[in-house]
Amino acid sequence: MTETLLSFDDALAAYDPALGLEVHVELNTASKMFCGCATEFGAEPNTQTCPTCLGLPGAMPVVNATAVESAIRIGLALNCEIAEWCRFARKNYFYPDMPKNFQTSQYDEPIAFDGWTEVEVDGETYRIEIERAHMEEDTGKSTHVGSTGRIHGADYSLVDYNRAGIPLIEIVTKPILGTGEKAPLVARAYVAHLRELLLGLGVSDVRMEQGSLRCDVNLSLAPAGSGTLGTRTETKNVNSLRSVERAVRFEVQRHAAVLSGGGSVLQETRHWHEDTGITTSGREKSDAEDYRYFPEPDLVPVAPSREWVESLRASLPEPPRERRARLQAAWGFSDLEMRDTVGAGALSLVEETIAAGAAPQAARKWWLADLARRANDTGVELSALGVTPAQVAEVQALVDAGSLNDKLARQVFDGLLAGEGTPAEIVAARGLAIVSDEGALGAAVDNAIAANPDVADKIRDGKVAAAGALIGAVMKEMRGQADANRVRELILEKLS
Amino acid sequence: MAAALDAGETTSVALTQAHLDRISAVDGAVHAFLHVDAEGALAQAAASDARRSAGQVASPLDGVPIAVKDVLATDGLPTTCGSKILEGWVPPYDATVVRRLRAAGLPILGKTNMDEFAMGSSTEHSAYGPTHNPWDLGRIPGGSGGGSAAAVSAYEAPLALGTDTGGSIRQPAAVTGSVGVKPTYGGVSRYGLVALANSLDQVGPVTRTVLDSAILHELIGGHDPLDSTSIDAPVGGLVAAARQGAQGDLSGVRIGVITELSGDGWQDGVMARFTEAVDALVGAGAEVVEVSCPHFVHALATYYLILPAEASSNLAKFDAMRYGLRVWPEGDAPSAEEVMKATREAGFGDEVKRRIILGTYALSSGYYDAYYGTAQKVRTLISRDFEAAFEQADVLLSPTAPTTAFPLGAKLDDPLAMYLNDLATIPANLAGVPGISVPSGLADEDGLPAGLQILAPALADDRCYRVGAAAEALLAEQWGGLLLDRAPSLDGGADGEAVSA
Amino acid sequence: MPEISRDEVAHLADLARIDLTAEELDHLAPQLSVILESVASISGVAGADVPPTSHALPLTNVFRDDVVTPSLTPEQALSGAPEVESQRFSVPRILGDEQ
Repeated sequence: MTETLLSFDDALAAYDPALGLEVHVELNTASKMFCGCATEFGAEPNTQTCPTCLGLPGAMPVVNATAVESAIRIGLALNCEIAEWCRFARKNYFYPDMPKNFQTSQYDEPIAFDGWTEVEVDGETYRIEIERAHMEEDTGKSTHVGSTGRIHGADYSLVDYNRAGIPLIEIVTKPILGTGEKAPLVARAYVAHLRELLLGLGVSDVRMEQGSLRCDVNLSLAPAGSGTLGTRTETKNVNSLRSVERAVRFEVQRHAAVLSGGGSVLQETRHWHEDTGITTSGREKSDAEDYRYFPEPDLVPVAPSREWVESLRASLPEPPRERRARLQAAWGFSDLEMRDTVGAGALSLVEETIAAGAAPQAARKWWLADLARRANDTGVELSALGVTPAQVAEVQALVDAGSLNDKLARQVFDGLLAGEGTPAEIVAARGLAIVSDEGALGAAVDNAIAANPDVADKIRDGKVAAAGALIGAVMKEMRGQADANRVRELILEKLS
Repeated sequence: MAAALDAGETTSVALTQAHLDRISAVDGAVHAFLHVDAEGALAQAAASDARRSAGQVASPLDGVPIAVKDVLATDGLPTTCGSKILEGWVPPYDATVVRRLRAAGLPILGKTNMDEFAMGSSTEHSAYGPTHNPWDLGRIPGGSGGGSAAAVSAYEAPLALGTDTGGSIRQPAAVTGSVGVKPTYGGVSRYGLVALANSLDQVGPVTRTVLDSAILHELIGGHDPLDSTSIDAPVGGLVAAARQGAQGDLSGVRIGVITELSGDGWQDGVMARFTEAVDALVGAGAEVVEVSCPHFVHALATYYLILPAEASSNLAKFDAMRYGLRVWPEGDAPSAEEVMKATREAGFGDEVKRRIILGTYALSSGYYDAYYGTAQKVRTLISRDFEAAFEQADVLLSPTAPTTAFPLGAKLDDPLAMYLNDLATIPANLAGVPGISVPSGLADEDGLPAGLQILAPALADDRCYRVGAAAEALLAEQWGGLLLDRAPSLDGGADGEAVSA
Repeated sequence: MPEISRDEVAHLADLARIDLTAEELDHLAPQLSVILESVASISGVAGADVPPTSHALPLTNVFRDDVVTPSLTPEQALSGAPEVESQRFSVPRILGDEQ
């Protein structure tokens, strides 16, 4: 089915968008939310399950203290109030990947509520109001077996409950208004900001590609200047920063087309298709969806003491904005350089690379100019690329020592990504080190001069710029493994 | 029995075999058991005897066999909760109380019959057929734990575990002439108890004597880190309280008789035995006061909103995906949802369906406040009634059930009439307070057992044991022995003799 | 209090995933109406100032440390499953969306 779309500019001329983001964060606790099963990603199916997370008759939940602590820290980092007393509730609905056919969650008593945070887009600050952050548990994972491999048309499904019961924090914004044409960028910036914040708190791996941070995007449009809210759609499982931006853009254009054609937007869940960049209709939200929430009788209320909350507040890491300001000053980055670094999700990587000994500009250059492109090409997050800050610093140290040039360094990164070992091992195995043997270099320079007498003459006449051609010839003979500056020096010496 | 084991007069294997023989002889008529594990029980008994001869007795009840209600998970033994939907399910884990029984060396004879998922007051709602009252095989043994009570009163097991959500231990005890205890909520772990209504359920002892219940209670009770609602305090003083009570001196004890739990609908013979029991306690030095608990009249309605609501959610997990029955409906390639619906239709009995629908209604949006929300508020008022009553009295007394055992089938088509059986027992579950039922005698009209219920404040379970043991001792003196001594023999041989476990 | 209609029972049965027969629907609607009428007697008993009780005892903050404890073996986990494939629970085809 193809959707009619209005151009983005036309859409924004006629309508004001209202955004809402629901982010599910898997905590990185060692054990699950309500039982002692491990939470390791990628384990063999159904090896991390017990009576509780399998929902076996008679089994009971017990709350993981660290998960509560993480929830409170997330709430505090988002400037939320922390509930003095709150309960878990059962959200009742049937689904085969949910062992008890209810999800233990929180309903009208979230542990954290009424917060805010700020994100920056193109130099402008947007304040995002946080409605709530609550604790809940993840579901199992179904694999659909059949002709298509997708849920529709599957013959049957296979369920692995290793993921069932992993602690989740759901962070819900209030409607985000007044973003106009920046809506897609604000949505993206918010999710990037949350990732940075959660990473800083150390409470989650925030690996979008592994599903440890999942995003649902709500969007509605209202006639420009009307100050009202339109009918919203909820696009589920938008699981990369780029997709968040694209999904908002797509929905803005789709809603605008529906509305400007005189139609009305259907309140529904939509599916995001990463491959085609579109959303398609999912389940219609209706009154039939009745979760019959009630307080979980098997769990007692959570009543965090104010002393506990204040001690957690005191231990919070530096907020991202302040951290960025401090690092920018320390590194001497321009605003643009800083924005690009943050935007690429490279702030911590650059910081750690500098801490490992690299100069700020060098660290930035490798992560943004080279590694970011590679990550983009392979469709993974920069942090998941497989190159560590320590390795980048090591490569740069080799460059600084004159053992590598930039071109050779890129080949070292090729080797790192191919899993060929440490930078030093790759240099040795691939024979990448710059030849510092003056004899070999001198011979190559002599060969180049002999082979290009015209060029040599020009240089002798003072046209130093012509040296480039001779440098190229020398580098070619040396198969790149020479320091271009030293080659230039030798040429100029010999022809002076 | 423990004393006989200690004295070397018998062995655990002999005791266990004797009970297995009794089961073979009478359970065809009584149908107290859904599953008997002769082999396992005898192996555990042999291990117990070996411990004893090595001088390493694991507990005061090491070697004494026990029956377990089929709502408690038993590793390696089928656990059906009296439902078709769990037919053949063998849990891969033990309930905490079962783990404690095993650690204490009690051979487990088998699993006892019950109303499906503990929904009922007669054990007639078991998918595997009813249990019969050993006093009159044409009558109900109470419910939902009719199997455990019948097993104990028919001498098939000296001890049993039951569960009590609205009276499922106490009411069967009353109508079978046995002793049943619902501990303080949180006093005994619920981990491994297949929940009916989580905020009301408790595991407790079913025995022939008050002292046996006290010993068993101390053994299964106490904090369990796997149950978040378990009280983190040691359980103790129960056996001492039972021994103290058996001395027959209650001077200084204030007993309160609950006004609201008598009158219309209460069988004359039941009331007569109750009055005699109270008189006996007064004769032992207790002071008696009448107390009013005005909100108890709403307890039944409150219970029948809270219970179905919680149960409708608890029973959602029986969906044919991970364990239990799977029914494929007619038609081409049915979906998971269709299989769930067909399985739940075929696997649940009428009463279970009735309560699931009722609970779904009580929780659904638009009705929550009017039903579930209101019920939770009235629950608060009932707790407050108890608080006020316990200002005036140390324990509260009532008959356990309004009537003696009724004939099988008499109330099966009238759910409301069936629900009335739990009138006196439900308030304790709503407030979380402990209660015991001890035999009060045989009603004149029908010669069937009636029960005396003794309620105490939360965490004061010892008071139930003290007053319960006193009542038991004083009445036994009048009767010249325990009430169960007068139960029919069932196998045509000599009447059983009430032997203490 | 409103009577509970046959359609309403059918809707509730759908929510509760029970494929009630026509006969059961006929039977249950009046039966539930009687029960509801009886339990509805508590409306108005408690004033707005009465707090609801969701837990029998006033415990709070019962937590466990974030420590991994042994899981079941996959054989144990799957022991009750109606069907197993590739160490996973095999379930009929799933319609509809994940929530």
